[in-house]
Amino acid sequence: MKTNYTFGLDNFGDIPLDESGEAVTHAQAIRQVVDEAILADKLGVDIIALGEHHREEYSISSPEMVLAAIASRTKRIKLSSGVTVLSSDDPVRVYERFATLDAVSNGRAQIILGRGSFTESFPLFGYSLQDYDVLFEEKIELMAELLKEKPVSWSGTTRTELADADVFPKTESGRIETWVGVGGSPNSVLRAARYGFPLILAIIGGAPARFAPYVDLYKQAAKEYGTTAHPVGMHSPGYIADTDEEAMELAWPTFKTAFDAIGKTRGWAPWSYEHFKREVAMGSLYVGSPKTVAERIAHAMRAVGAERFDLVYGFGPVKASDRMKMVELYGKKVIPMVRELLEKS
Amino acid sequence: MAKRLAILGAGKLGIVLAQLALRAGYDVAIAASGDPAKIDLTVRTLAPGATAMTATDAAQWSDVIVLALPLSKYRTLPVTALAGKFVIDAMNYWWEVDGEREDSIPSDQSSSEAVQMLLAESTVIKALSHMGYHDLLDEARPSGAEGRRAIAVAADDDSARASAMQLVNDLGFDPLDIGSLANGRRLEPGNPAFGADLPLSKLKEII
Ligand SMILES: NC(=O)c1ccc[n+]([C@@H]2O[C@H](COP(=O)([O-])OP(=O)(O)OC[C@H]3O[C@@H](n4cnc5c(N)ncnc54)[C@H](OP(=O)(O)O)[C@@H]3O)[C@@H](O)[C@H]2O)c1
Repeated sequence: MKTNYTFGLDNFGDIPLDESGEAVTHAQAIRQVVDEAILADKLGVDIIALGEHHREEYSISSPEMVLAAIASRTKRIKLSSGVTVLSSDDPVRVYERFATLDAVSNGRAQIILGRGSFTESFPLFGYSLQDYDVLFEEKIELMAELLKEKPVSWSGTTRTELADADVFPKTESGRIETWVGVGGSPNSVLRAARYGFPLILAIIGGAPARFAPYVDLYKQAAKEYGTTAHPVGMHSPGYIADTDEEAMELAWPTFKTAFDAIGKTRGWAPWSYEHFKREVAMGSLYVGSPKTVAERIAHAMRAVGAERFDLVYGFGPVKASDRMKMVELYGKKVIPMVRELLEKS
Repeated sequence: MAKRLAILGAGKLGIVLAQLALRAGYDVAIAASGDPAKIDLTVRTLAPGATAMTATDAAQWSDVIVLALPLSKYRTLPVTALAGKFVIDAMNYWWEVDGEREDSIPSDQSSSEAVQMLLAESTVIKALSHMGYHDLLDEARPSGAEGRRAIAVAADDDSARASAMQLVNDLGFDPLDIGSLANGRRLEPGNPAFGADLPLSKLKEII
């Protein structure tokens, strides 16, 4: 059977730079993503996935709103969150918003549920980090029920109970495509398998092959729980330009800025150029010409056993025109090359 | 008889440490917070050969125990079962998971000193804490190999330090003695050594 590979573009609403090197406004950053998604749609990219953050360096806190705008101006690209921070959200509202998105887009809505790698949404919405585990555990359970689109009865400790509650709108297909995004925690892999959700791995450092055992774990677990093991996806950051040299030169300062900003809040040291180079050579940064990036993606997908690859593009302060170029190179060149490489093997 | 290692915590770090210890020929026990059946599949798939146990059983079974659980959960450790043992603290304070530091650790103490206070009958060593779990997995190399990375060890007791340094070496890293347990503070988040994935000479320089 021929494998159906899919390719996405992921963005957190990072703030691009204008031609003079100035950061644009949050509003302009959001419009930029809409324009990029329109181009991606024209070029046949399968999915656009937008992250939810509540911090200054990212403009997107309401991915569904941006996705709805994209929906009205595109034809076939799938419209996904990446991720929806379920712990600090209400599953009923999540269902309602994405079912609405599914309606306006003629069935193209997709959800990636996750815990998110930041937790600034907790204090913002009045949740305690002490409840980190129970919030996610309970809400994913409720979400799984809601996605069946039948009246739901549910009770727990983290929200009001539901008695035979029916939630609208219903979708035409009967189900919103919903994935679970995980980092490196085996528990999260088991959870995805337990509810029969497809799994997407966030691989942002180190050799991707180390995630292959997680794919085995997911499949084994699905077997033991009697659920379906779906194709597995992966998501990693990258930077594409015409040549390897150009990509390296442009990517280094943007990745350094972005990762050092995160490192500062978490207490790790600034990135060295050696570290960057190692990640590019054999780790989880996909940087280079279309050919270089395509070869590394194909290699990583094979090593992990992934059938979906999402490139996190425009990470950090990238020039708006360079971002647009990247979308173009990814859609026009990288994806067809990866498909060819994967189908050959 | 093979050396034994018990690991409390079967998450990202615990599983990688189990993999490295198995590779080094150790007998490995691993525990999470509850029933071992809950991690059985994970252990079988990701670290085949290791045995899932309760935290108390694992602590009793081995003389050397690594702590690889969230720092804010350290008060749930099996204190009695850990008495008389060498306890290697690999935990870091991580706001994302642990909330406010003051809620679990007195502000004038390094986290390992707080752990030592709780585990008054054990000998605590700080080690295996500063390198990210995927670097641990990717960078482990045999002794003498070129580019081998270093891991800092802080302890007050000489035989405990020696035992931890041996373990670090067995797992695939050059151990770096940085003196007393209190010096472990230099490995905590916010210091240059946190996140360090460096050869011995470079690690020495930044500590
Ligand atoms: N991730 C890294 O790269 C890294 C590197 C160096 C140090 N560290 C430190 O290592 C610790 C673990 O981090 P992680 O990333 O591996 O976290 P993680 O993936 O969330 O795993 C935490 C593990 O600890 C278990 N646990 C909780 N309470 C326990 C208890 N009382 N006894 C035994 N096990 C218990 C959890 O089991 P349940 O599922 O049953 O709760 C889970 O298996 C943290 O202190 C972290 O700062 C992490």
